[in-house]
Amino acid sequence: MLKRRIIPCLDIRDGRTVKGINFVSIRDAGDPVELAKIYAEQGADELVFLDITATIEKRKTLADLVERIALEINIPFTVGGGIHTLDDVSVLLGAGADKITINSAAVRDPGLIGGIARNFGSQCVVVAIDTKYHQNDWIVFIDGGRTPTRLRTLDWAKRAADLGAGEILLTSMNNDGTKSGFAIDITGDVSRHLGIPVIASGGAGTMEHFRDVFYSTGCSAALAASIFHYGEISIPDLKNYLKNNNIAVRI
Amino acid sequence: MIAIIKYNAGNIRSVLNSLRRLGYDGLITDDRSEILAAEKVIFPGVGEAGTAMKYLKDRELDRLIISLKQPVLGICLGQQLLCRHSEEGDTDCLGIFDSRVCMFPLVDTVPHMGWNNFLSVRGPLFKDVSPDDDVYYVHSYYAEVCSSTTAVCDYILPFSAAMQKDNFFSTQFHPEKSAGTGEKILLNFLKL
Repeated sequence: MLKRRIIPCLDIRDGRTVKGINFVSIRDAGDPVELAKIYAEQGADELVFLDITATIEKRKTLADLVERIALEINIPFTVGGGIHTLDDVSVLLGAGADKITINSAAVRDPGLIGGIARNFGSQCVVVAIDTKYHQNDWIVFIDGGRTPTRLRTLDWAKRAADLGAGEILLTSMNNDGTKSGFAIDITGDVSRHLGIPVIASGGAGTMEHFRDVFYSTGCSAALAASIFHYGEISIPDLKNYLKNNNIAVRI
Repeated sequence: MIAIIKYNAGNIRSVLNSLRRLGYDGLITDDRSEILAAEKVIFPGVGEAGTAMKYLKDRELDRLIISLKQPVLGICLGQQLLCRHSEEGDTDCLGIFDSRVCMFPLVDTVPHMGWNNFLSVRGPLFKDVSPDDDVYYVHSYYAEVCSSTTAVCDYILPFSAAMQKDNFFSTQFHPEKSAGTGEKILLNFLKL
């Protein structure tokens, strides 16, 4: 049986791991490569590395870091932040990333999704969507959550899938950093209407939150950052808990 | 020396990294004499079947691969290209395994992406591997179960997770991305 995936996310700034609380305050939580190795050994199913400053500062790639990570870990990983062109993608995949994730760049230039899919395969294109419940609808935000768009989340997710996205990483800004649980409604909606895997993100605070999002939605994976980085929940404990709750996970 | 066949498909670097973590060295090459001289050959790949086959044919690597006598391991697209035909781009493939490659029916999430266990495993690649062990997959096309199938995975339908005929071995999953279980399977190949 295909397992539901647990994905620690490492937000990167200046080569170090950070986690934005509601995208504002930032604390330092260590060396990305060391953390990545620990997570892989503990049973993380994949890892995501996001350069959270990249879009704003127009910084290019994390190629050096990606190379170091690729040498060390034996599970798949995704890299995002500041990817605007096929060349950016080519550099990161060449450095050893399995997938790349694009967010604002895909909204500004939807053709980028298809371009990456045609050149490197759909399997490596993760379209990240930051969504916020805003004026009675789930709306797509870009630029690290700073800029609202006129896109409805479900419409954009469907379009991204049609354009060639291999996966959707859906972050609820209302939930992110709150530790009050994942956004079940929009995650369920997007998962139900898409034929590609959806990764739930934003709001994980307890093991029950993971159980609930897997029980209540068709999401393929759940992503979290700070609760793992600060050791509030260990991955082996989480997976055993989910298994005991009849959720298929890799132990 | 382990030769890793260089062609226009992703994921090749990961295979080399994985060999190095296991204490082996590899050479990414499309040079005929280097491939022929290698103790073992790995034929990796993520990408589109039609474009990959065209690339191999243009360089006559297609005939070279099927002529190899040392152990060969096809991974992911590598396994699919070792089959007879792929629906992806209606592509005639290398024909080592008498199996067709088809697209998954869209009755569940496609691609099949993530960790899955086996319905059954047999053969030298799976020494000390249990059907309950999980390995990592990313694919939208699958090879039908045939007489060369050595491991079966069930997603939407049972398909060939691994195959073997004579010196040709293959896996649909990515052993180089499958944590400890993947390393066990790669080592089983490297120690053949």
